[in-house]
Amino acid sequence: MSIYLNKDSKVIVQGITGGEGTKHTALMLKAGTNIVGGVNARKAGTTVSHKDKDGSEIELPVFGSVSEAMEKTGADVSVVFVPPKFAKDAAVEAIEAGIGLLVVITEGIPVQDSAKFFNLSLTKTGADGKPVTRIIGPNCPGIITPGEALAGITPANITGKGPIGLVSKSGTLTYQMMYELRDIGFSTSIGIGGDPVIGTTHIDALEAFEADPETEAIVMIGEIGGDAEERAAAYIKEHVTKPVVGYVAGFTAPEGKTMGHAGAIVSGSSGTAEAKKEALEAAGVKVGKTPSETATLLREIYQGASGSDSADAGAAESLKDKAEGLVDKVKGVFTKD
Amino acid sequence: MDLYEYQARDLFEAHGVPVLAGIVATTPEEAKAAAEQIGGTVVVKAQVKVGGRGKAGGVKLAKTPDEAYEHASAILGMDIKGHTVHRVMIAQGADIAEEYYFSILLDRANRNYLAMCSKEGGVEIEQLAVDSPEKLVKFNFDPNTGIDDAAAAEIATQAGFSPDEVPALAEVFQKLWGAFAAEDATLVEVNPLVKTGGGEIIALDGKVTVDENAGFRQPGHAELVDESAEDPLEAKAKENDLNYVKLDGQVGIIGNGAGLVMSTLDVVAYAGEAHGGVKPANFLDIGGGASAEVMANGLDVILGDEQVKSVFVNVFGGITSCDAVANGIVKALEILGDTATKPLVVRLDGNNVEEGRRILEQANHPLVTTADTMDSGADKAAELANK
Repeated sequence: MSIYLNKDSKVIVQGITGGEGTKHTALMLKAGTNIVGGVNARKAGTTVSHKDKDGSEIELPVFGSVSEAMEKTGADVSVVFVPPKFAKDAAVEAIEAGIGLLVVITEGIPVQDSAKFFNLSLTKTGADGKPVTRIIGPNCPGIITPGEALAGITPANITGKGPIGLVSKSGTLTYQMMYELRDIGFSTSIGIGGDPVIGTTHIDALEAFEADPETEAIVMIGEIGGDAEERAAAYIKEHVTKPVVGYVAGFTAPEGKTMGHAGAIVSGSSGTAEAKKEALEAAGVKVGKTPSETATLLREIYQGASGSDSADAGAAESLKDKAEGLVDKVKGVFTKD
Repeated sequence: MDLYEYQARDLFEAHGVPVLAGIVATTPEEAKAAAEQIGGTVVVKAQVKVGGRGKAGGVKLAKTPDEAYEHASAILGMDIKGHTVHRVMIAQGADIAEEYYFSILLDRANRNYLAMCSKEGGVEIEQLAVDSPEKLVKFNFDPNTGIDDAAAAEIATQAGFSPDEVPALAEVFQKLWGAFAAEDATLVEVNPLVKTGGGEIIALDGKVTVDENAGFRQPGHAELVDESAEDPLEAKAKENDLNYVKLDGQVGIIGNGAGLVMSTLDVVAYAGEAHGGVKPANFLDIGGGASAEVMANGLDVILGDEQVKSVFVNVFGGITSCDAVANGIVKALEILGDTATKPLVVRLDGNNVEEGRRILEQANHPLVTTADTMDSGADKAAELANK
């Protein structure tokens, strides 16, 4: 098992003929992803040459639209590599076509565009009343289920399959963490992106990892800006039984300056790394000061938790209880619904 | 990017939001001329991107052009919470009967937009939200539908305006939504939105933030950038398409990926505690590629910061392998030649790291030290900055 993406996922690439699309289609194929084609209205009917996992030459069909690609190939995942100017149209097209998973890699999409296509996705619901399309990103490295499939740009050669689930706002920090824990391996690693409006959130990923039998421990990486980490902390306290360790980047970030990611900005007292760390710790999540310390914490907790009913698990539980009051406070402030 | 009040005023005017006359001035003479042009009582308002300017003495009433001259002389050059006043806006005096509050902003948590309105404007709205939350109406709406007639009337009604007051307010709310949508704003705030003695609704002060990602379809926004207020190093970095933020510290930082760079700043700050309290000097994300040219441009900007005593290059080789990054560093040092004078600590990890480290060792550049881990690299760089 894994979350959102596995070896049976049939993936198309929007922007398969562009520079980034070409490069990453090759890498996704190499990682074992079942890529069944791509979309470019101007090159519909042509094919692009690639090599599959075993190095054999393959021709991937280019379709005129996402709906045509889905109809002809049964695709259920689309990865978007089109430039910011055209990203909204590409996302809207995929949502209208009813794709199951839409991974938007593109960086630099105007936030009004992201807000529009995300809210559109909420209106396209299936029989279960839930949105048909799950969006990951934008401005993210995508998702990898090591050994099975990659929908995005995460390097597939860092590590292999294992019991850790990872959710992060940042790309390279994700790679760093996967590298630190490469001897243990990952069930799925998902980069949700650093933009102010994103599809899949920390909470969505936590919920999925909690339900995934293959995931035994979770690493959650956050950064300054917004209050997603605080809300995730409240969620963990209520709903997550698997051990979670956290890391937050940006303690030294000054107020009012955007640190690379469009959403990474401290405004007044909101969005600080300190507040996020406190909220997570109040929810019983151990938070590392550095990526390496975070990896060490994961090792300790994971090895403790997997070694029968250990004292560590009990201690963590009581810490969670002690923190209850503070968590309720956090929830009061941040739970808007 | 946050706009100045006068820019927000002009933007409102362009989108049909009712505003009073306002002219920006950079000298007392210009202020006097503007006051003459507008006529009557004017307000001289410091243009700074920070709140609390009234309390700081940055807003003064002037009954004559000579008074406007005097106030402008006093306000120009004033320091308000660390912001030097370079401009004042000469604004037409208003006959204020009532003061309201209205704003539209991106709601990150709910991933849609939020309009907020209160009949009690002109005050610190954060304070009002805490003290009397029932007086602040919050109205979330779908970006795809915006604030239509019904929504605008609903907001005004919920805020407690009487049925005969609602239409005029609703019209202004819709105009402000129009400005928000058309300008790719993430915040439009009017505080106060006033009703004049004559019953007119006017946006008396405006705060607008526009999305820099939308620059490709907002060519006019480039002109709103205040180059004089930009840090010279940040301006230089921007010219080279580098993602750089100047900080107050001694250890220059280069890394790839925003999250990893933020993390590097933190790790350097922790390491600095043991080395005389040295701190990171900047944020610089060179992205995935890390080519020699980008590396050279980045180093050039960082070494232009006189405070910098050492540089920590922290790269995780993902798609780009470490040998390419190592070659980039070696070539960048060749390009820079004698202008590179500060010690460099390089930590590479990830894809093809052995080859990357071998290249750096072979080049054996006198300024370069390699580190095996992020923590040890940060420690070394902090130590070198404290010498």
